[in-house]
Amino acid sequence: MDTPFKVADREFSSRLIVGTGKYKTNQVMVDAIRASGAEMVTVAVRRVDLDRTKEEGILHHLDPEEFLLLPNTAGCYNAEDAIRYARLARAAGFTDWLKLEIIGDETTLLPDTHATVEAAKILVDEGFKVMAYTNDDLIAALKLEDVGCVAVMPLASPIGSGLGVVNPYYIREIKRRLQVPVIVDAGVGTASDACVTMEQGVDGVLMNTAIAVADDPVAMGEAMRLAIQAGRLAYLAGRMPPREIAVPSSPTAGMLD
Amino acid sequence: MENPSIEVRINGKDRQVPQGLSVTGLLEWLDLTPALVVVELNREILGRDRYEEILVAEKDTLELVHFVGGG
Repeated sequence: MDTPFKVADREFSSRLIVGTGKYKTNQVMVDAIRASGAEMVTVAVRRVDLDRTKEEGILHHLDPEEFLLLPNTAGCYNAEDAIRYARLARAAGFTDWLKLEIIGDETTLLPDTHATVEAAKILVDEGFKVMAYTNDDLIAALKLEDVGCVAVMPLASPIGSGLGVVNPYYIREIKRRLQVPVIVDAGVGTASDACVTMEQGVDGVLMNTAIAVADDPVAMGEAMRLAIQAGRLAYLAGRMPPREIAVPSSPTAGMLD
Repeated sequence: MENPSIEVRINGKDRQVPQGLSVTGLLEWLDLTPALVVVELNREILGRDRYEEILVAEKDTLELVHFVGGG
């Protein structure tokens, strides 16, 4: 029997959290998210386009009653900017949850964990429920837990790379050492990656690009839903130990002369 | 007489807007839904309950933001 997936005071039936960026159309986005079974979805805070051509606010398409909105601070490169975006997100009046993300390098989009800890401390004090995107670094993860983040979210591999979990050992070690939920955020490319990630024993996975840019995002959303479930089940089931020798599955006794 | 206008900076661009508008009035004038837009006026975030009472003044700097798709 699985334990419920709980972040802060809220229980979720899906261990998958999805982003809302990069979809070709809003309708495909909504259909893909529904197919994925995700209950929590990330959104970004950006200027309204006053010369409106295409982009309108996502809340014209996503019902905040149906999904828990998790605004992000994507695009921020320091604590001060991230805090500004976080406050703007909360002022929208839909949620005090936050995906804190502070980037430290434009090429790899790897997080600035020092600035993330600094910002997390301030935002937790202000009452935000902070889910912090971070590196697969145990020390940073422990610090984020220590300052009061409700979840710590190490990457599988760089944002948008689709490389899957490049360091399963570090992910397992973070999961072993933290009390708060560990959600792997970024780097999942396809369903097998999601499954392998869940098999490490983490509490959940957050992804965006893998679903959004698939040829058929709705089908990929469903594939991810199944992969997350399969990976979780396999983890709970306890896999056989891998060994580099063959062992027959059929009896060696009882063979004919 | 024509309605006098004032110059304000909105989302990084100078714009002429009618004088005497409240924040709600400005959002409506821009054809935006006040319930879905967050307003930062001269670097201060405005609670939605203040949109009616605060008037937009000459040389104000406003940031109007909302939620868009993101990961």
